[in-house]
Amino acid sequence: MPRPHLALAVALLAAFGISQFSSSIDPYFLDVLIGIGINIILAVSLNLVNGHTGQFSLGHAGFMSVGAYFSAAVSLFVTPKFIGAAGGNFLQQGGFFVAALLAGGVCAAFAGLLVGVPSLRLKGDYLALVTLGFGEIIRVIFQNVEKFGGALGLNGIPAYTTIFWVLSFVAITIFVVTCLVNSTYGRGFLATHDDEIASEAVGLDTTRYKIVAFVIGAFFAGIAGGLYGHFKLTITPTGFDFTRSIEIVVMVILGGMGNTLGVVLAAVLLTLLPELLRPIAEYRMIIYSLLLIVLMLVRPQGLFNFQRSLTKKSASP
Amino acid sequence: MASAPSESDNRRFDPSTLNPQLSTPLSEFLQQLLNGLSLGAIYALIALGYTMVYGVLRFINFAHSDVFMVGAFIGYYAGKLVPEGTLWGGMIVLLAAMLGCAVLGMTIERLAYRPLRGGPTLNVLITAIGVSLLLEYTGQVFFGAAPRTFPQVFPTTNFQFASLTISSNQVAVIVIAVLLMIALQFIVHRTKMGTAMRAVSLNPKAAQLVGVNNDVVISFTFGLGSALAGAGGILYALNYPSIDPLMGVMPGLKAFVAAILGGIGNIPGAALGGLLLGTVETYVNGSQWSTYKDAIAFAILIIILLFRPAGLLGRFTTEKV
Repeated sequence: MPRPHLALAVALLAAFGISQFSSSIDPYFLDVLIGIGINIILAVSLNLVNGHTGQFSLGHAGFMSVGAYFSAAVSLFVTPKFIGAAGGNFLQQGGFFVAALLAGGVCAAFAGLLVGVPSLRLKGDYLALVTLGFGEIIRVIFQNVEKFGGALGLNGIPAYTTIFWVLSFVAITIFVVTCLVNSTYGRGFLATHDDEIASEAVGLDTTRYKIVAFVIGAFFAGIAGGLYGHFKLTITPTGFDFTRSIEIVVMVILGGMGNTLGVVLAAVLLTLLPELLRPIAEYRMIIYSLLLIVLMLVRPQGLFNFQRSLTKKSASP
Repeated sequence: MASAPSESDNRRFDPSTLNPQLSTPLSEFLQQLLNGLSLGAIYALIALGYTMVYGVLRFINFAHSDVFMVGAFIGYYAGKLVPEGTLWGGMIVLLAAMLGCAVLGMTIERLAYRPLRGGPTLNVLITAIGVSLLLEYTGQVFFGAAPRTFPQVFPTTNFQFASLTISSNQVAVIVIAVLLMIALQFIVHRTKMGTAMRAVSLNPKAAQLVGVNNDVVISFTFGLGSALAGAGGILYALNYPSIDPLMGVMPGLKAFVAAILGGIGNIPGAALGGLLLGTVETYVNGSQWSTYKDAIAFAILIIILLFRPAGLLGRFTTEKV
């Protein structure tokens, strides 16, 4: 992308433009679109960790839940004190919503730091398991905290999520991840992915890169969680279990690890697939899982990965 | 569908209903230990399958926990064909589940994992997740998502030793698990196939060079591990008599933690890890922290991976450039 800032500005304008027509779009279609957007944020942010940096995290839903809970808590308990229960005007709502999302994102990033510092010393399968474990622990903690509604979860979250916010954050996430990876600093992520030992040998602090990738990934997962909470209006701990993490990982892998465009396409496809298969509701998840197996067998490098396999041999800078 | 048997309270591991007349701390301790060991024996059986597959293929077979679920369902249907509460009927159900799961495990390996062998581990991992989802959702369509009551295929009585209550199902769990582990130890260390398994686990290429047929060995390993998972499914269903297509997820994850705790790829380690985890979990369940029961296994996992990544009985390997 030659002019990322321009592309971001265009995307934000487009988001604003589309949101002007949101009332004339079919509500079902709009819901699906919001779902796609949230999944794109999740997949692109996880791609920074799993794809670009080459660390295998299975706990993304855990960070999503941290963001969802804390941003919902801000909207439920803090925002009404400032703008009243009725919810103020459009601008006030928007401002407090962004603040709530950022609060959720920061909390998720902090959780990412807490999880990342000890566990990123591990590699491969082991790292996957530790992140899975942390994801489950976060879920059990939310189940036990009364303030967050325990196993029943939080209800009555204000419906702040609109297509405008979702598309904007999709654009921002893609922008940040792309610019970061293409920056001088970001080469460290790719180097860590390509050969950790060689990177350490030339003086890169790979642990630091891993933690930074992890924290940024967790931040955007938290944002996605916040959007999700203000979209579904009710969140329960079981909505963010291990299966949710797996779903996001599958998007990253099908898209082709480290390929942002592919991951975006995979997120779109995998969110649409269950919807398209809705007429055969009973069998749709069977078909979904069968497709997953077949895709891995016939296109193990990812569905949309066309370039990485070509550049792999000349990957060393 | 059979209605819930009236004595089902006696069969649960929930210590609060198991023995209301518990008095001394010592007898409570022993009772919990017993409950923990029988839960741990089931974890150990599942963990053995994980650890064996990891030993030969170096990947986490996520579908293993669903093979465990299928085992319980095979037992459910087989249990309808034999009279309830007889020893021979119970053994037939157990064998049917083990055989069915062995066939299922080998089929999964042949169709889903073998074509990917030699590729990146990550892809096999995702395929395993796909197989796991496939089994779960297929189960939900064919068996129905609602929980079912597992028939009491073995004779049930309660033995009373002083203030300790031992149900015959707990005895069955421990006896069957121990017998199966002894049998496994025999197969792995005393038979030609077991030697081949250990050879493949040590170095697949070298094993192939000295004439081991890796495909056969890996297939056999999957069959063996899945049979143990099937047995685990029956034993679990006997003690928690409600089964559903998602029943494997949590025990599966915990059994995997048990495998890591003992040292992944290490067979006695998996048994030890299962027993330890089951015991710790039962004690936590009996304390005021009972709602954190599911988190404890993962906390143990994290601690062990941070401080002793090779597991309790595992051997450390240094990374070479």
